[in-house]
Amino acid sequence: MLVIKNLKASIDGKTIIKGISLEVKAGEIHAIMGPNGSGKSTLAAVLAGREFARVTEGTVTYFGKNLLEMSAEDRAKEGIFLGFQYPIEIPGVSMVNFMKTAVNEQRKHRGLEPLSSSDFLKMMREKKELVEIDSKLANRSVNEGFSGGEKKKNEIFQMAMLEPRLAILDETDSGLDIDALRIVANGVNRLKRPDNSVIVITHYQRLLDYIIPDVVHVLYDGRIVKTAGKELALELEEKGYDWIKKDVIENSMT
Amino acid sequence: MNNQSERSARYYKIYKENIKRISENSSPYINGFREAAIEKFNLLGIPTRKDETYRYTNLDTFFGHEFKSYFMPVASDFARAEEFRCDVTDLDAHGVVLLNGFYPTINDKLRELPGGIWIGSLNEASKKFADKVEEHYGKYAVNDSDGLVHLNTAMASDGVFIYVPEGVILKKPIQIVNLVHSEEDIFNQHRNLIIVEKNAEITLIVCDHTLSPQKFLTNGVTEVYVGENSHFDIIRVQNEHNNAGKITHTFIHQERNSNASSNNITLHGGLVRNSTHHYLGGEGAESYSYGLYLADKFQHIDNYVNVDHAFPNCTSNQLFKGVLDDMATGAFNGRIYVHKDAQGTMAYQKNNNILLTDDAKMDTKPQLEIYADDVKCSHGATVGQLDNDALFYLQSRGINKREARLMLMFGFAHEVIQNIKVEPLRERMDNLVMQRLRGELSRCASCMVKCG
Repeated sequence: MLVIKNLKASIDGKTIIKGISLEVKAGEIHAIMGPNGSGKSTLAAVLAGREFARVTEGTVTYFGKNLLEMSAEDRAKEGIFLGFQYPIEIPGVSMVNFMKTAVNEQRKHRGLEPLSSSDFLKMMREKKELVEIDSKLANRSVNEGFSGGEKKKNEIFQMAMLEPRLAILDETDSGLDIDALRIVANGVNRLKRPDNSVIVITHYQRLLDYIIPDVVHVLYDGRIVKTAGKELALELEEKGYDWIKKDVIENSMT
Repeated sequence: MNNQSERSARYYKIYKENIKRISENSSPYINGFREAAIEKFNLLGIPTRKDETYRYTNLDTFFGHEFKSYFMPVASDFARAEEFRCDVTDLDAHGVVLLNGFYPTINDKLRELPGGIWIGSLNEASKKFADKVEEHYGKYAVNDSDGLVHLNTAMASDGVFIYVPEGVILKKPIQIVNLVHSEEDIFNQHRNLIIVEKNAEITLIVCDHTLSPQKFLTNGVTEVYVGENSHFDIIRVQNEHNNAGKITHTFIHQERNSNASSNNITLHGGLVRNSTHHYLGGEGAESYSYGLYLADKFQHIDNYVNVDHAFPNCTSNQLFKGVLDDMATGAFNGRIYVHKDAQGTMAYQKNNNILLTDDAKMDTKPQLEIYADDVKCSHGATVGQLDNDALFYLQSRGINKREARLMLMFGFAHEVIQNIKVEPLRERMDNLVMQRLRGELSRCASCMVKCG
């Protein structure tokens, strides 16, 4: 589904991602962990098509297509979804109007008729139940005045509405209490199908108690320094990131 | 002699030549104001950019123009006004039409609404309700520095009169449609007087339209009295062609514990200048002043707001937003004046602008004069572009950049629109704003002018 080869990217001339290779197959859940400043969010931004990060080298292929040539909106229409670490407040734009426009743009892309208002509202109701989002939130402006937890739940709600093939969740667990964390994780699990994939970017292992990854990568200083199964997350929780850093330094010396 | 005083002298001359016709239908009481007002106008002249409150607005292109006439109605004008129908079809309102500043109905010049409310011609009312008119007329439009208010007092012959007696709540809004239509370039003025007595409540919608493509200039004054515990909302929708100049002065005088709001939505117009004056003349009064302006090409839109906190424990709030495209220019000047005794005042002001091009220009100026010490005041102004983070957020959900930009601008504007409590009008405004932002013609369907 997604093949990243030797990806390098910089922000304002400073190289942040220094050569990442990674393959995500349909149905897999990948976790990308790493200390602050290791390049996790930049990787998410590059994959979603945010322009502030400039790709200097490498390729990203998504279902055989060159992802880096596609606009952000086209990536979304092709099924990529970014769950934001800091969802944006947009006063004056209602959630209903926002989601209706997004869903219908994506349907148009797939050659489907736009949903009627009643079908759309029915879909909203079902998805709200699925992700246990407060029904009142959907009547407000996008993220406006939402608490941190509400914003993150709203990301999962949008994911449910758009049914992506590849969801990239950027620190969706940050700032959540345990109940909100469980709701968010349950939402992700309920949306999981054999043909879609998830990349979970997280600092802590906590979220991975609920969303069980197939593969765990450790990102450090712009590179993937370790890849293993779900047990790697537990090891990191126990030993912290210093252990990895030490490993990296020792390896680079030999 | 400089141009400016030449121009002022021309209006002075028009006054002297037409005073008989100007005053023949008005009551002696209203006529009694004229002489002093024209002299005051003669002294102050037409405002120039040297006047602090007109610093960003050049009236020359309009006052420098030789208007063919100072409007006096004839019978056929009335017939034309009667034909006009508002196209907000589901807006259920008590309607009044003004043509070029005159109340054009011949027979039914004053009519009674449920609860003993009266609406109609100010001229007619000054005879039938002489006591009410004398109690309020000319009491609130006291602006010593603006020559145009005096010019209106001197020369306006008619306008709308609304009287709401004590304790009456009118559920349906009243709608004034100001039409400008002529075969010639004309200058016209109207004078409205709205009296809302104690414990009463009305909503007033004012729609400004031009129905022919000639060059027009309107200078209108509205005086509003809002009695104790009363509730008054005025929503003004301006949709005129690019060759029209519109100057409005609205004076809202509020008594104790009253609540008043003003919302100026400017969708279109060549040069628009709205002065809105809120006088909080009793403890516990609340005032809200909103405005939205969307301008493109060479349009210029200027909002001047003056909130006068004369008594303790009053609240005021100003929210003005604008989107300027092409070479359009805009100005906002929000004044908050807190008197020495007005302790416990809460006064807020916000002006946000989006410039869509490098050539569009906005001048914004907060002006806070606070003489009391126990007050909460704040002001904020921004002039900028669309928020790139928000744009990306929408795009990341599959919404095209063009559509995402429109949604953001619409959301920006909706913050003002959402304060309109009359639902069909709010929906209609959302609709018109969306069309306007899409670059589609957004004038009401009844407008024949394909300007721009």
